[in-house]
Amino acid sequence: MAESAVIEISGLVKSFKGHLGLGRKVAVSGLDLSVGRGEIFGLLGPNGAGKTTTLKAMIGLLRPDAGSVRLFGRPPSDVSARARIGFLPENPYFYDYLTAPEFLDFYGRLHGFGRAERRRRVEATLERVGLDAGRSQALRKFSKGMVQRLGLAQAILHDPDLVILDEPMSGLDPIGRREVRDLILELREAGKTVFFSSHILQDAELICDRVGIVVEGRLRHLGVLDQMVRSKPRWFEVAVRGQVPSPWDREVASASGEKVMVKVPDVAELGRLLAAVAESPAEVVSVWPRRESLEDLFMKEVARER
Amino acid sequence: MNAENNRRPAHFGAAVAAIGLNTFREAVRDRVMYLILVFALILILVSRLLSMLTVGEEGRIIKDVGLSAISIFGVLTAVFVGVSLVFKEIEKRTIYTLLANPVQRWQFVAGKYAGLLLVLVMNVLVMTGMLLLILVVRGESMTGIPVAALMIFVELALVTAFALLFSSFANPILAAVGTAAVYVTGHLTWSFELLKARLPEGVGRTLCDVLYWALPNLGYLNVKSQAVHGGALPDGYLLSALLYGSGYALAVLTVACIVFERRDFN
Repeated sequence: MAESAVIEISGLVKSFKGHLGLGRKVAVSGLDLSVGRGEIFGLLGPNGAGKTTTLKAMIGLLRPDAGSVRLFGRPPSDVSARARIGFLPENPYFYDYLTAPEFLDFYGRLHGFGRAERRRRVEATLERVGLDAGRSQALRKFSKGMVQRLGLAQAILHDPDLVILDEPMSGLDPIGRREVRDLILELREAGKTVFFSSHILQDAELICDRVGIVVEGRLRHLGVLDQMVRSKPRWFEVAVRGQVPSPWDREVASASGEKVMVKVPDVAELGRLLAAVAESPAEVVSVWPRRESLEDLFMKEVARER
Repeated sequence: MNAENNRRPAHFGAAVAAIGLNTFREAVRDRVMYLILVFALILILVSRLLSMLTVGEEGRIIKDVGLSAISIFGVLTAVFVGVSLVFKEIEKRTIYTLLANPVQRWQFVAGKYAGLLLVLVMNVLVMTGMLLLILVVRGESMTGIPVAALMIFVELALVTAFALLFSSFANPILAAVGTAAVYVTGHLTWSFELLKARLPEGVGRTLCDVLYWALPNLGYLNVKSQAVHGGALPDGYLLSALLYGSGYALAVLTVACIVFERRDFN
C-alpha cells in the first residue's frame, strides 16, 4: 500500500492556560499541512509563533484541542508510527551521568535492537555525527555543540523514515551548522523525510524543498521556496563615487563620504544610469542586484500579523 | 505493502527493562543515595552502642533500632529519589526524546517504578546484611529479621508507587510532602476508627470510614515488633499482607499511568 503523505496535519488547534490559570492562550490555530516522502520541509517563524507546539503535537507530547495529526497514516500515539520517526528537541539535555555510547545504547534498547546490532549502530552513528573522540566522557562534560550532535545521533540511530528536528542549528558554530545541513541533505538522498523548525532563515533557504511560515499560531505561507521567493532582482543598488548625474541624483538612497548609493528599479534603468556615469567624472564602485529573500517575505508576514 | 511499514516496536517488556535499568543506573551514580545509605549504616552500627545502655536487652535494641533505620532511610530514599528521578525527566525534558520513541507512557511509568524497586532492593539488602552481620557477631538470634525486612520492602514499594503518582502531576515539593503524608497517615489509620467512635452520626463518621478504607494501612505491613520480641504471626498473615501491599501498589501505579497518559508536556 503506498503512503500518500508522511505527515498530515489537519485543522490543528492547541491552546494553553493563561497566566495564573486565567483564560487561554492559543498557540496554534487551525494549522493544515501535508509533507510527502523525501521532502525537506522547514517550519519557520519568530519565537513564540507556535513551531515547537506543532512539533510536540506531531510526536504526541501534546494533545490537540481540535484537529488531527497523522504520521504514516497513523496517530502519533501509535507506537508503530513513532518507531519510524527520530526527534531532536530544541536545546536538548540528556542523561548527563552516561557516556555517549551508553546513551545511544539505551535508545537502541528502546527500539528492541539486540546487543550486537546496538553496538554496530552506536559505532556507526557516533562516527557519522563526528563524536568518536568524546566517547569516554560523561555527557556532563560535553559542550553545547557536542550535545546537539549527540541529539542528532539519537534521532537517526534507528534509521527512521521521518526525522523531526526542532531548531537543529541552534547553538552550533558555522562548521557545525554546515555539518547539520549536510546531514539533512544526506538523509534526503537516502529517501528520508526531514521536518525541521528554525528561525535561521539562511539555513532554510539553503536546504528546504518547501517551507511554511507560521506567525502567531497561523500558517501564513506554504509553498515551494523558489516560487515563494522571486528569483528576478526586484531592484538594483549602485554605488557611485563622485557626483551622480541628473536625474538619478534624486534617487540617492544613502551617502557615505564621496560614495553614494543609488536605487534603480530595473535593468533598463540600470543601463541608462551606468551609461550616464561613464560619461561623467563619477565612477561606478559596485552594482548589487537585490532579490526578495525569504527574510523579506518572513519580515513582511510578521509585520502584517502585528 | 511498503517494507518500511513492517517495522515493529520493541517488545513492551524490553522498553520497561531499558527504562528501569537506566533509572537504576542514574540512582547508583547519584551521591545523594549513598549519603542516605551511609547514614543508615552508621545508625545500625550505633545501635550496638545503644544496646550497651540496657542490660539484658542488647539483642532487642539492636534489632529495633536496625529495623527502624532500614524502614526510615528506605522511606527517605523512596520519597526523595522516587520524586526527583521522575521530576528530572520532565524538568530537563529528557522525557521528550524518550516518548518520541516507540515507548508507551505506561511503559515509562512501569520502567521508572521497576528501576526504583531495584534501588530499594539493593538498599534493603545492604542494610539488612549489615544488621544480620552485627547480630551474628554478637551471637544473637536472627529469627524474624528477613521476614520483617521483606515486609519493609513491600511497604517501601507501596510508598514508591505513591511517589510516582504524585510526581506524575505535582511539583517535587508537593509530591514529596504528599508521599510523606501518605506514609505518616498510613501508619495512623487505626486512629480514624478511634475518632469515628467519638464522633456523632453524620458526615464526620463517614469521612473517618472513607479515610480508614481508602488510605493504605501500613500498620498491617509492619511486623517489626514480632521480629524484635519474637512473637509468632497468625497463619496466612504474611501472604495476606504481601497481597494487600502489592495489590495496593499496583492500583496506585495504575492511577499514575492514567494520569500520566492524559498529561501534556509543554
